[in-house]
Amino acid sequence: MSGPVYAARRLLLAVPLLLGMSVLVFGLMRIIPGDPAVTVLGYKATPDAVRALRAAFHLDEPLLQQYLRWLGGLVRGDFGVDFRQNEPIGRMILDRLPVTVELTLVAAVCAALLGVPVGLLAGARRRGAADRASLALGLLGISIPDFWLGIMLILTFSLAAGLLPSSGFVPLGEDALLNLQYLALPALTLSLSRAAALARLTRAAVMDVVHRPFVQFARAKGLGEKAILVRHVLPNAAIPIVTVIGLQVGYMLGGAIVVETIFALPGLGRMTLDAVLERNYPVVQSGLLVVGAMFMLVNLVTDMLYGLLDPRLRRR
Amino acid sequence: MRSRRRGRSATAVAGLCLIAALAGIALAAPLLPGSPTTIAATRALGGPSFAEPFGMDDLGRSVLSRVVHAYRVSLGVALASVGFALALGLPLGLLAGYAEGLIDQCIMRPLDVLMAFPAILLAIALMSVFGTGVVLVSLALGIVYLPVLTRVVRAAVLATKAEVYVEGARAVGAPAGRLVLRHILPNCVTPVFVQASVLMAIAILVEAALSFLGVGVRPPTPSLGLMLSDGRGFMLQAPWVVIFPGLAIVTAVLGFNMLADGLRDWLDPQDGAR
Repeated sequence: MSGPVYAARRLLLAVPLLLGMSVLVFGLMRIIPGDPAVTVLGYKATPDAVRALRAAFHLDEPLLQQYLRWLGGLVRGDFGVDFRQNEPIGRMILDRLPVTVELTLVAAVCAALLGVPVGLLAGARRRGAADRASLALGLLGISIPDFWLGIMLILTFSLAAGLLPSSGFVPLGEDALLNLQYLALPALTLSLSRAAALARLTRAAVMDVVHRPFVQFARAKGLGEKAILVRHVLPNAAIPIVTVIGLQVGYMLGGAIVVETIFALPGLGRMTLDAVLERNYPVVQSGLLVVGAMFMLVNLVTDMLYGLLDPRLRRR
Repeated sequence: MRSRRRGRSATAVAGLCLIAALAGIALAAPLLPGSPTTIAATRALGGPSFAEPFGMDDLGRSVLSRVVHAYRVSLGVALASVGFALALGLPLGLLAGYAEGLIDQCIMRPLDVLMAFPAILLAIALMSVFGTGVVLVSLALGIVYLPVLTRVVRAAVLATKAEVYVEGARAVGAPAGRLVLRHILPNCVTPVFVQASVLMAIAILVEAALSFLGVGVRPPTPSLGLMLSDGRGFMLQAPWVVIFPGLAIVTAVLGFNMLADGLRDWLDPQDGAR
Protein backbone atom coordinates (compact mmCIF):
# COMPACT_ATOMS: atom_id res chain seq x y z
CA MET A 1 0.00 0.00 0.00
CA SER A 2 1.47 3.33 -1.00
CA GLY A 3 1.97 6.18 1.47
CA PRO A 4 -1.02 8.38 0.53
CA VAL A 5 -3.41 5.42 0.46
CA TYR A 6 -2.19 4.30 3.88
CA ALA A 7 -2.66 7.82 5.22
CA ALA A 8 -6.15 8.09 3.70
CA ARG A 9 -7.19 4.78 5.22
CA ARG A 10 -5.99 5.84 8.66
CA LEU A 11 -7.87 9.13 8.34
CA LEU A 12 -11.04 7.31 7.29
CA LEU A 13 -10.80 5.05 10.35
CA ALA A 14 -10.65 8.18 12.53
CA VAL A 15 -14.13 9.33 11.48
CA PRO A 16 -16.19 6.68 13.36
CA LEU A 17 -13.95 7.13 16.40
CA LEU A 18 -14.57 10.90 16.38
CA LEU A 19 -18.33 10.29 16.07
CA GLY A 20 -18.15 7.87 19.01
CA MET A 21 -16.29 10.48 21.05
CA SER A 22 -18.91 13.13 20.25
CA VAL A 23 -21.71 10.75 21.34
CA LEU A 24 -19.83 10.01 24.58
CA VAL A 25 -19.25 13.64 25.60
CA PHE A 26 -22.78 14.64 24.58
CA GLY A 27 -24.25 11.70 26.48
CA LEU A 28 -22.13 12.40 29.59
CA MET A 29 -23.34 16.00 29.75
CA ARG A 30 -26.97 14.83 29.45
CA ILE A 31 -26.90 12.25 32.23
CA ILE A 32 -25.76 14.82 34.79
CA PRO A 33 -28.58 14.95 37.32
CA GLY A 34 -30.57 18.19 37.49
CA ASP A 35 -31.78 20.72 34.96
CA PRO A 36 -28.82 22.71 33.58
CA ALA A 37 -31.07 25.74 33.13
CA VAL A 38 -31.88 25.73 36.85
CA THR A 39 -28.20 25.24 37.67
CA VAL A 40 -27.27 28.33 35.66
CA LEU A 41 -30.10 30.58 36.81
CA GLY A 42 -30.13 29.44 40.44
CA TYR A 43 -33.02 28.04 42.44
CA LYS A 44 -34.76 31.39 42.78
CA ALA A 45 -35.31 31.67 39.00
CA THR A 46 -38.90 32.06 37.82
CA PRO A 47 -40.37 29.22 35.73
CA ASP A 48 -40.61 31.66 32.81
CA ALA A 49 -36.91 32.47 32.94
CA VAL A 50 -36.04 28.76 33.09
CA ARG A 51 -38.34 28.07 30.15
CA ALA A 52 -36.76 30.92 28.15
CA LEU A 53 -33.23 29.63 28.77
CA ARG A 54 -34.26 26.07 27.88
CA ALA A 55 -35.72 27.37 24.61
CA ALA A 56 -32.66 29.54 23.86
CA PHE A 57 -30.31 26.55 24.25
CA HIS A 58 -32.76 24.09 22.63
CA LEU A 59 -32.82 22.03 25.84
CA ASP A 60 -36.54 21.40 25.29
CA GLU A 61 -35.94 19.44 22.09
CA PRO A 62 -35.61 15.63 21.93
CA LEU A 63 -32.07 14.40 22.70
CA LEU A 64 -31.39 13.14 19.19
CA GLN A 65 -32.36 16.48 17.69
CA GLN A 66 -30.13 18.30 20.21
CA TYR A 67 -27.23 16.03 19.33
CA LEU A 68 -27.68 16.46 15.58
CA ARG A 69 -27.96 20.24 16.01
CA TRP A 70 -24.68 20.28 17.96
CA LEU A 71 -22.97 17.97 15.45
CA GLY A 72 -24.24 20.01 12.50
CA GLY A 73 -22.83 23.14 14.13
CA LEU A 74 -19.47 21.45 14.76
CA VAL A 75 -19.17 20.44 11.11
CA ARG A 76 -19.68 24.10 10.14
CA GLY A 77 -17.20 25.20 12.81
CA ASP A 78 -19.93 26.57 15.07
CA PHE A 79 -19.51 25.39 18.67
CA GLY A 80 -22.49 27.33 20.02
CA VAL A 81 -22.41 29.81 22.91
CA ASP A 82 -21.72 29.23 26.61
CA PHE A 83 -24.32 29.26 29.39
CA ARG A 84 -22.92 32.13 31.43
CA GLN A 85 -21.65 34.98 29.27
CA ASN A 86 -23.17 34.00 25.91
CA GLU A 87 -19.64 34.03 24.50
CA PRO A 88 -19.13 31.98 21.31
CA ILE A 89 -17.34 28.79 22.39
CA GLY A 90 -15.45 28.56 19.08
CA ARG A 91 -13.82 31.92 19.87
CA MET A 92 -12.96 30.79 23.44
CA ILE A 93 -11.31 27.64 22.10
CA LEU A 94 -9.34 29.50 19.41
CA ASP A 95 -8.05 31.97 22.02
CA ARG A 96 -6.80 29.21 24.30
CA LEU A 97 -5.61 26.64 21.79
CA PRO A 98 -2.22 28.31 21.05
CA VAL A 99 -1.29 28.31 24.76
CA THR A 100 -1.90 24.58 25.15
CA VAL A 101 -0.22 23.73 21.85
CA GLU A 102 2.85 25.81 22.66
CA LEU A 103 3.14 24.39 26.18
CA THR A 104 2.82 20.81 24.91
CA LEU A 105 5.30 21.29 22.07
CA VAL A 106 7.95 23.02 24.21
CA ALA A 107 7.55 20.32 26.87
CA ALA A 108 7.80 17.57 24.24
CA VAL A 109 11.03 19.03 22.84
CA CYS A 110 12.46 19.31 26.38
CA ALA A 111 11.47 15.72 27.15
CA ALA A 112 13.02 14.41 23.92
CA LEU A 113 16.26 16.37 24.40
CA LEU A 114 16.56 15.11 27.98
CA GLY A 115 15.24 11.58 27.65
CA VAL A 116 16.56 10.22 24.35
CA PRO A 117 20.30 10.88 24.88
CA VAL A 118 20.18 9.49 28.43
CA GLY A 119 18.38 6.37 27.20
CA LEU A 120 20.81 5.93 24.31
CA LEU A 121 23.88 6.09 26.54
CA ALA A 122 22.35 3.83 29.17
CA GLY A 123 21.28 1.24 26.60
CA ALA A 124 24.65 1.23 24.87
CA ARG A 125 26.61 0.76 28.10
CA ARG A 126 24.37 -1.69 29.86
CA ARG A 127 25.02 -2.36 33.53
CA GLY A 128 27.59 0.42 33.72
CA ALA A 129 27.40 3.07 36.40
CA ALA A 130 25.56 5.44 34.04
CA ASP A 131 23.00 2.73 33.24
CA ARG A 132 22.29 2.00 36.88
CA ALA A 133 21.97 5.68 37.70
CA SER A 134 19.63 6.28 34.77
CA LEU A 135 17.50 3.29 35.76
CA ALA A 136 17.07 4.55 39.31
CA LEU A 137 16.44 8.13 38.19
CA GLY A 138 13.99 6.97 35.52
CA LEU A 139 11.99 4.98 38.06
CA LEU A 140 11.96 7.96 40.42
CA GLY A 141 11.08 10.36 37.58
CA ILE A 142 7.95 8.49 36.52
CA SER A 143 6.83 8.32 40.17
CA ILE A 144 6.84 12.09 40.80
CA PRO A 145 3.40 13.67 40.31
CA ASP A 146 3.71 16.64 37.93
CA PHE A 147 1.49 18.89 40.06
CA TRP A 148 3.77 18.39 43.06
CA LEU A 149 6.86 19.01 40.94
CA GLY A 150 5.19 22.22 39.71
CA ILE A 151 4.54 23.36 43.28
CA MET A 152 8.13 22.59 44.28
CA LEU A 153 9.49 24.51 41.27
CA ILE A 154 7.29 27.51 42.13
CA LEU A 155 8.46 27.34 45.75
CA THR A 156 12.12 27.21 44.71
CA PHE A 157 12.39 29.38 41.60
CA SER A 158 9.54 31.86 42.07
CA LEU A 159 8.82 32.33 45.76
CA ALA A 160 12.24 31.70 47.31
CA ALA A 161 14.64 32.78 44.54
CA GLY A 162 12.35 35.17 42.66
CA LEU A 163 13.87 34.15 39.33
CA LEU A 164 10.82 33.17 37.27
CA PRO A 165 7.12 34.11 37.37
CA SER A 166 4.86 31.58 39.13
CA SER A 167 1.68 32.32 37.17
CA GLY A 168 0.30 34.11 34.15
CA PHE A 169 1.13 34.16 30.46
CA VAL A 170 2.38 36.47 27.71
CA PRO A 171 1.63 35.38 24.12
CA LEU A 172 4.57 34.53 21.89
CA GLY A 173 3.57 37.24 19.38
CA GLU A 174 3.71 39.98 22.02
CA ASP A 175 7.09 39.38 23.62
CA ALA A 176 9.04 36.24 22.83
CA LEU A 177 11.44 36.58 25.77
CA LEU A 178 8.70 37.15 28.34
CA ASN A 179 6.74 34.30 26.77
CA LEU A 180 9.69 31.99 27.36
CA GLN A 181 10.02 33.15 30.97
CA TYR A 182 6.37 32.43 31.68
CA LEU A 183 6.55 29.08 29.93
CA ALA A 184 9.83 27.83 31.43
CA LEU A 185 8.53 26.37 34.71
CA PRO A 186 5.28 24.91 33.27
CA ALA A 187 7.16 23.24 30.41
CA LEU A 188 9.79 21.85 32.78
CA THR A 189 7.03 20.55 35.08
CA LEU A 190 5.23 18.85 32.22
CA SER A 191 8.35 17.39 30.62
CA LEU A 192 10.32 15.89 33.51
CA SER A 193 8.30 12.73 34.16
CA ARG A 194 7.90 12.26 30.38
CA ALA A 195 11.66 12.59 29.92
CA ALA A 196 12.09 9.83 32.50
CA ALA A 197 9.59 7.59 30.71
CA LEU A 198 11.28 8.34 27.39
CA ALA A 199 14.74 7.51 28.77
CA ARG A 200 13.47 4.15 30.06
CA LEU A 201 11.87 3.19 26.76
CA THR A 202 14.76 4.47 24.63
CA ARG A 203 17.08 2.32 26.74
CA ALA A 204 14.87 -0.71 26.15
CA ALA A 205 14.68 -0.01 22.41
CA VAL A 206 18.47 0.35 22.15
CA MET A 207 19.06 -2.82 24.16
CA ASP A 208 16.77 -4.64 21.78
CA VAL A 209 18.89 -3.62 18.79
CA VAL A 210 22.38 -3.83 20.30
CA HIS A 211 22.40 -7.63 20.21
CA ARG A 212 21.15 -8.03 16.64
CA PRO A 213 23.53 -9.75 14.18
CA PHE A 214 24.04 -6.63 12.05
CA VAL A 215 25.46 -4.76 15.02
CA GLN A 216 27.81 -7.63 15.78
CA PHE A 217 28.80 -7.60 12.10
CA ALA A 218 29.51 -3.86 12.20
CA ARG A 219 31.67 -4.40 15.27
CA ALA A 220 33.42 -7.36 13.61
CA LYS A 221 34.38 -5.29 10.60
CA GLY A 222 36.08 -2.84 12.95
CA LEU A 223 33.64 0.06 13.12
CA GLY A 224 34.03 2.30 16.18
CA GLU A 225 31.43 2.16 18.97
CA LYS A 226 30.28 5.72 18.30
CA ALA A 227 29.73 5.05 14.59
CA ILE A 228 27.85 1.82 15.41
CA LEU A 229 25.60 3.69 17.80
CA VAL A 230 24.80 6.55 15.44
CA ARG A 231 24.66 4.73 12.10
CA HIS A 232 23.29 1.30 12.99
CA VAL A 233 21.67 1.30 16.42
CA LEU A 234 19.85 4.64 16.40
CA PRO A 235 18.03 4.27 13.03
CA ASN A 236 16.78 0.83 14.04
CA ALA A 237 15.73 1.92 17.51
CA ALA A 238 14.08 5.05 16.06
CA ILE A 239 10.69 3.45 15.40
CA PRO A 240 9.82 2.58 19.00
CA ILE A 241 11.37 5.86 20.15
CA VAL A 242 9.19 7.94 17.80
CA THR A 243 6.11 5.99 18.89
CA VAL A 244 6.89 6.65 22.51
CA ILE A 245 7.48 10.38 21.85
CA GLY A 246 4.05 10.45 20.17
CA LEU A 247 2.44 8.70 23.15
CA GLN A 248 4.13 11.15 25.51
CA VAL A 249 2.84 14.16 23.55
CA GLY A 250 -0.66 12.72 23.89
CA TYR A 251 -0.13 12.18 27.62
CA MET A 252 1.06 15.79 27.93
CA LEU A 253 -2.21 17.06 26.45
CA GLY A 254 -3.87 15.50 29.50
CA GLY A 255 -1.14 16.65 31.88
CA ALA A 256 -1.49 20.18 30.49
CA ILE A 257 -4.85 20.45 32.32
CA VAL A 258 -3.07 20.10 35.65
CA VAL A 259 -0.06 22.24 34.74
CA GLU A 260 -2.20 25.05 33.27
CA THR A 261 -4.18 25.12 36.50
CA ILE A 262 -1.11 25.31 38.76
CA PHE A 263 0.57 28.05 36.73
CA ALA A 264 -2.68 29.88 35.83
CA LEU A 265 -2.05 29.58 32.08
CA PRO A 266 -5.05 30.50 29.91
CA GLY A 267 -5.10 27.19 28.01
CA LEU A 268 -7.73 24.72 26.81
CA GLY A 269 -7.29 22.36 29.75
CA ARG A 270 -7.88 25.06 32.33
CA MET A 271 -10.88 26.34 30.35
CA THR A 272 -12.40 22.84 30.43
CA LEU A 273 -11.69 22.34 34.13
CA ASP A 274 -13.11 25.77 35.04
CA ALA A 275 -16.21 24.95 32.99
CA VAL A 276 -16.56 21.65 34.89
CA LEU A 277 -16.30 23.47 38.24
CA GLU A 278 -18.91 26.08 37.29
CA ARG A 279 -21.12 23.57 35.47
CA ASN A 280 -20.93 25.36 32.13
CA TYR A 281 -21.89 22.24 30.17
CA PRO A 282 -21.72 23.50 26.56
CA VAL A 283 -18.10 24.56 27.19
CA VAL A 284 -17.22 21.26 28.94
CA GLN A 285 -18.72 19.30 26.05
CA SER A 286 -16.77 21.14 23.34
CA GLY A 287 -13.57 21.41 25.40
CA LEU A 288 -13.55 17.64 25.99
CA LEU A 289 -14.15 16.94 22.32
CA VAL A 290 -11.43 19.32 21.09
CA VAL A 291 -8.77 18.02 23.51
CA GLY A 292 -9.86 14.45 22.72
CA ALA A 293 -9.62 15.13 18.98
CA MET A 294 -6.13 16.61 19.42
CA PHE A 295 -5.11 13.52 21.39
CA MET A 296 -6.44 11.33 18.59
CA LEU A 297 -4.67 13.43 15.95
CA VAL A 298 -1.35 13.05 17.77
CA ASN A 299 -1.82 9.28 17.88
CA LEU A 300 -2.77 9.28 14.19
CA VAL A 301 0.33 11.27 13.17
CA THR A 302 2.46 8.93 15.30
CA ASP A 303 0.97 5.95 13.51
CA MET A 304 1.70 7.52 10.12
CA LEU A 305 5.30 8.35 11.08
CA TYR A 306 5.63 4.74 12.16
CA GLY A 307 4.63 3.70 8.63
CA LEU A 308 7.01 6.24 7.14
CA LEU A 309 9.97 5.04 9.23
CA ASP A 310 9.29 1.37 8.66
CA PRO A 311 8.14 0.70 5.09
CA ARG A 312 7.40 -2.95 5.97
CA LEU A 313 4.39 -1.90 8.04
CA ARG A 314 2.59 -0.18 5.19
CA ARG A 315 1.87 -3.43 3.43
CA ARG A 316 -0.18 -4.80 6.29
CA MET B 1 22.08 -13.92 33.46
CA ARG B 2 21.33 -15.30 36.91
CA SER B 3 22.63 -12.24 38.71
CA ARG B 4 20.52 -10.04 36.47
CA ARG B 5 17.39 -12.02 37.24
CA ARG B 6 18.18 -11.96 40.92
CA GLY B 7 18.78 -8.18 40.71
CA ARG B 8 15.43 -7.70 39.08
CA SER B 9 13.54 -9.85 41.50
CA ALA B 10 15.21 -7.80 44.24
CA THR B 11 13.53 -4.73 42.72
CA ALA B 12 10.17 -6.49 42.80
CA VAL B 13 10.67 -7.63 46.39
CA ALA B 14 11.78 -4.15 47.48
CA GLY B 15 8.70 -2.66 45.82
CA LEU B 16 6.49 -5.26 47.48
CA CYS B 17 8.01 -4.56 50.90
CA LEU B 18 7.47 -0.82 50.42
CA ILE B 19 3.82 -1.38 49.44
CA ALA B 20 3.27 -3.81 52.34
CA ALA B 21 4.73 -1.29 54.80
CA LEU B 22 2.52 1.53 53.50
CA ALA B 23 -0.55 -0.72 53.42
CA GLY B 24 0.20 -1.76 57.01
CA ILE B 25 0.45 1.87 58.10
CA ALA B 26 -2.79 2.70 56.28
CA LEU B 27 -4.64 -0.24 57.85
CA ALA B 28 -3.33 0.54 61.32
CA ALA B 29 -3.97 4.30 61.02
CA PRO B 30 -6.94 4.40 63.45
CA LEU B 31 -4.90 2.55 66.08
CA LEU B 32 -1.89 4.87 65.86
CA PRO B 33 -1.49 7.80 68.26
CA GLY B 34 -2.26 11.26 66.87
CA SER B 35 -5.37 12.52 65.13
CA PRO B 36 -5.71 13.91 61.61
CA THR B 37 -8.58 16.19 62.61
CA THR B 38 -7.59 17.62 66.02
CA ILE B 39 -7.22 21.37 65.55
CA ALA B 40 -4.73 23.27 67.70
CA ALA B 41 -4.71 26.91 66.61
CA THR B 42 -1.74 27.74 68.83
CA ARG B 43 0.41 25.27 66.95
CA ALA B 44 -0.69 26.37 63.45
CA LEU B 45 2.11 26.01 60.87
CA GLY B 46 4.47 24.76 63.56
CA GLY B 47 7.69 23.36 62.10
CA PRO B 48 8.88 19.76 62.21
CA SER B 49 9.91 18.67 65.70
CA PHE B 50 10.71 15.45 67.48
CA ALA B 51 7.06 14.93 68.44
CA GLU B 52 5.72 16.04 65.06
CA PRO B 53 8.35 15.13 62.44
CA PHE B 54 6.23 16.42 59.51
CA GLY B 55 5.17 19.66 61.24
CA MET B 56 1.68 21.16 61.56
CA ASP B 57 -0.68 22.56 58.90
CA ASP B 58 -2.47 25.92 58.85
CA LEU B 59 -5.11 24.73 61.34
CA GLY B 60 -2.55 23.17 63.65
CA ARG B 61 -3.35 19.62 62.54
CA SER B 62 -0.54 17.05 62.47
CA VAL B 63 0.74 16.64 58.91
CA LEU B 64 2.07 13.17 59.76
CA SER B 65 -1.32 11.99 61.01
CA ARG B 66 -3.01 13.44 57.96
CA VAL B 67 -0.53 11.72 55.61
CA VAL B 68 -1.05 8.39 57.37
CA HIS B 69 -4.84 8.69 57.11
CA ALA B 70 -4.66 9.97 53.53
CA TYR B 71 -2.85 6.73 52.59
CA ARG B 72 -6.09 4.90 53.42
CA VAL B 73 -7.82 6.96 50.72
CA SER B 74 -4.97 6.73 48.19
CA LEU B 75 -4.46 2.99 48.46
CA GLY B 76 -8.17 2.28 48.87
CA VAL B 77 -9.10 4.20 45.72
CA ALA B 78 -6.25 2.58 43.77
CA LEU B 79 -7.26 -0.92 44.89
CA ALA B 80 -10.97 -0.37 44.28
CA SER B 81 -10.52 1.18 40.83
CA VAL B 82 -8.11 -1.48 39.57
CA GLY B 83 -10.32 -4.16 41.14
CA PHE B 84 -13.36 -2.78 39.34
CA ALA B 85 -11.51 -2.59 36.01
CA LEU B 86 -10.24 -6.15 36.52
CA ALA B 87 -13.63 -7.58 37.50
CA LEU B 88 -15.16 -6.29 34.25
CA GLY B 89 -12.09 -6.30 32.00
CA LEU B 90 -11.04 -9.91 32.59
CA PRO B 91 -14.31 -11.53 31.39
CA LEU B 92 -14.71 -8.96 28.59
CA GLY B 93 -11.15 -9.49 27.36
CA LEU B 94 -11.48 -13.29 27.55
CA LEU B 95 -14.74 -13.16 25.61
CA ALA B 96 -13.47 -10.70 22.97
CA GLY B 97 -10.24 -12.61 22.42
CA TYR B 98 -11.82 -16.05 22.41
CA ALA B 99 -14.91 -15.29 20.31
CA GLU B 100 -13.33 -12.76 17.88
CA GLY B 101 -15.53 -11.56 15.01
CA LEU B 102 -18.67 -9.60 15.74
CA ILE B 103 -18.60 -10.10 19.53
CA ASP B 104 -15.02 -8.83 19.60
CA GLN B 105 -16.02 -5.74 17.60
CA CYS B 106 -19.03 -5.05 19.83
CA ILE B 107 -16.82 -5.15 22.94
CA MET B 108 -13.70 -3.40 21.69
CA ARG B 109 -15.04 -0.54 19.53
CA PRO B 110 -16.90 1.24 22.38
CA LEU B 111 -13.83 0.77 24.60
CA ASP B 112 -11.72 2.38 21.84
CA VAL B 113 -13.81 5.52 22.30
CA LEU B 114 -12.94 5.59 26.03
CA MET B 115 -9.25 5.13 25.13
CA ALA B 116 -9.44 8.04 22.67
CA PHE B 117 -9.31 10.57 25.53
CA PRO B 118 -6.29 11.34 27.72
CA ALA B 119 -6.86 9.39 30.97
CA ILE B 120 -6.97 12.39 33.27
CA LEU B 121 -9.35 14.25 30.96
CA LEU B 122 -11.76 11.31 30.86
CA ALA B 123 -11.55 11.04 34.65
CA ILE B 124 -12.38 14.76 35.01
CA ALA B 125 -15.28 14.38 32.58
CA LEU B 126 -16.67 11.42 34.55
CA MET B 127 -16.25 13.25 37.85
CA SER B 128 -18.19 16.21 36.46
CA VAL B 129 -21.08 13.79 35.97
CA PHE B 130 -20.66 11.76 39.16
CA GLY B 131 -19.85 14.52 41.66
CA THR B 132 -17.04 14.24 44.24
CA GLY B 133 -16.32 11.52 46.81
CA VAL B 134 -14.12 8.49 47.48
CA VAL B 135 -16.46 5.90 45.94
CA LEU B 136 -17.13 8.00 42.85
CA VAL B 137 -13.42 8.63 42.21
CA SER B 138 -12.81 4.87 42.38
CA LEU B 139 -15.63 4.24 39.94
CA ALA B 140 -14.41 6.94 37.51
CA LEU B 141 -10.84 5.59 37.57
CA GLY B 142 -12.18 2.05 37.18
CA ILE B 143 -13.99 3.08 33.99
CA VAL B 144 -10.85 4.86 32.71
CA TYR B 145 -8.76 1.68 33.22
CA LEU B 146 -11.34 -0.78 31.93
CA PRO B 147 -10.27 -0.51 28.24
CA VAL B 148 -6.57 -0.78 29.17
CA LEU B 149 -7.02 -4.05 31.08
CA THR B 150 -9.48 -5.48 28.56
CA ARG B 151 -6.93 -4.89 25.78
CA VAL B 152 -4.16 -6.58 27.74
CA VAL B 153 -6.32 -9.64 28.46
CA ARG B 154 -7.56 -9.84 24.86
CA ALA B 155 -4.02 -9.64 23.45
CA ALA B 156 -2.88 -12.41 25.82
CA VAL B 157 -5.83 -14.59 24.82
CA LEU B 158 -5.14 -14.10 21.10
CA ALA B 159 -1.48 -15.04 21.58
CA THR B 160 -2.29 -18.08 23.71
CA LYS B 161 -5.02 -19.35 21.40
CA ALA B 162 -2.45 -19.94 18.67
CA GLU B 163 -0.35 -22.21 20.93
CA VAL B 164 -0.18 -25.87 19.96
CA TYR B 165 -1.27 -27.15 23.36
CA VAL B 166 -4.51 -25.16 23.12
CA GLU B 167 -5.11 -26.64 19.69
CA GLY B 168 -4.39 -30.05 21.17
CA ALA B 169 -6.89 -29.57 23.97
CA ARG B 170 -9.45 -28.48 21.41
CA ALA B 171 -8.68 -31.51 19.24
CA VAL B 172 -9.37 -33.93 22.09
CA GLY B 173 -12.74 -32.25 22.52
CA ALA B 174 -12.30 -29.93 25.51
CA PRO B 175 -15.41 -27.74 25.83
CA ALA B 176 -15.00 -23.98 25.32
CA GLY B 177 -15.41 -23.13 29.01
CA ARG B 178 -12.72 -25.58 30.06
CA LEU B 179 -10.45 -24.39 27.24
CA VAL B 180 -10.71 -20.78 28.38
CA LEU B 181 -10.48 -21.33 32.13
CA ARG B 182 -7.92 -24.15 32.30
CA HIS B 183 -5.69 -23.48 29.30
CA ILE B 184 -5.98 -19.84 28.27
CA LEU B 185 -6.65 -17.91 31.48
CA PRO B 186 -3.47 -19.03 33.32
CA ASN B 187 -1.40 -17.46 30.52
CA CYS B 188 -3.09 -14.10 30.95
CA VAL B 189 -2.16 -13.83 34.62
CA THR B 190 1.37 -12.47 34.11
CA PRO B 191 0.61 -9.55 31.77
CA VAL B 192 -2.51 -8.69 33.78
CA PHE B 193 -0.55 -8.63 37.02
CA VAL B 194 2.14 -6.35 35.58
CA GLN B 195 -0.47 -4.02 34.07
CA ALA B 196 -2.49 -3.95 37.30
CA SER B 197 0.63 -2.92 39.20
CA VAL B 198 1.33 -0.09 36.73
CA LEU B 199 -2.32 1.02 36.97
CA MET B 200 -2.16 1.06 40.79
CA ALA B 201 0.75 3.50 40.51
CA ILE B 202 -1.12 5.67 38.01
CA ALA B 203 -4.32 5.51 40.08
CA ILE B 204 -2.52 6.97 43.11
CA LEU B 205 -1.16 9.78 40.90
CA VAL B 206 -4.50 10.51 39.22
CA GLU B 207 -6.55 10.39 42.45
CA ALA B 208 -4.15 12.91 43.99
CA ALA B 209 -4.33 15.08 40.86
CA LEU B 210 -8.16 14.99 40.78
CA SER B 211 -8.41 15.86 44.47
CA PHE B 212 -5.83 18.61 43.95
CA LEU B 213 -7.97 20.06 41.14
CA GLY B 214 -11.12 19.93 43.27
CA VAL B 215 -12.90 17.14 41.39
CA GLY B 216 -11.81 14.18 43.49
CA VAL B 217 -12.19 13.43 47.19
CA ARG B 218 -14.36 15.82 49.24
CA PRO B 219 -12.56 18.15 51.72
CA PRO B 220 -13.05 16.73 55.25
CA THR B 221 -11.54 13.42 54.06
CA PRO B 222 -7.75 13.58 54.35
CA SER B 223 -6.30 13.15 50.85
CA LEU B 224 -2.75 13.76 49.67
CA GLY B 225 -3.94 15.83 46.70
CA LEU B 226 -6.20 17.99 48.90
CA MET B 227 -3.37 18.54 51.39
CA LEU B 228 -1.22 19.89 48.54
CA SER B 229 -3.90 22.25 47.25
CA ASP B 230 -4.64 23.48 50.81
CA GLY B 231 -0.95 23.89 51.60
CA ARG B 232 -0.11 25.94 48.52
CA GLY B 233 -1.12 29.19 50.18
CA PHE B 234 1.29 28.73 53.10
CA MET B 235 4.18 26.98 51.42
CA LEU B 236 6.67 29.83 51.71
CA GLN B 237 6.25 30.14 55.51
CA ALA B 238 5.73 26.41 56.06
CA PRO B 239 7.20 24.35 53.21
CA TRP B 240 6.58 21.10 55.15
CA VAL B 241 2.85 21.31 54.44
CA VAL B 242 3.57 20.63 50.75
CA ILE B 243 6.86 18.71 50.92
CA PHE B 244 5.72 15.74 53.02
CA PRO B 245 2.40 14.94 51.33
CA GLY B 246 4.23 15.08 47.97
CA LEU B 247 6.97 12.75 49.17
CA ALA B 248 4.25 10.43 50.46
CA ILE B 249 2.77 10.22 46.96
CA VAL B 250 6.19 9.61 45.39
CA THR B 251 6.91 6.78 47.87
CA ALA B 252 3.68 4.91 47.18
CA VAL B 253 3.89 5.35 43.40
CA LEU B 254 7.54 4.30 43.42
CA GLY B 255 6.62 1.11 45.29
CA PHE B 256 4.13 0.03 42.62
CA ASN B 257 6.42 1.05 39.75
CA MET B 258 9.26 -0.99 41.28
CA LEU B 259 6.96 -3.99 41.65
CA ALA B 260 5.80 -3.65 38.02
CA ASP B 261 9.36 -3.22 36.71
CA GLY B 262 10.71 -6.15 38.66
CA LEU B 263 7.80 -8.42 37.73
CA ARG B 264 7.97 -7.49 34.05
CA ASP B 265 11.62 -8.42 33.72
CA TRP B 266 11.50 -11.36 36.07
CA LEU B 267 8.53 -13.01 34.42
CA ASP B 268 9.48 -12.17 30.84
CA PRO B 269 10.61 -15.47 29.29
CA GLN B 270 12.62 -13.62 26.62
CA ASP B 271 14.77 -12.12 29.30
CA GLY B 272 16.98 -15.20 29.62
CA ALA B 273 17.80 -15.10 25.92
CA ARG B 274 19.29 -11.63 26.02
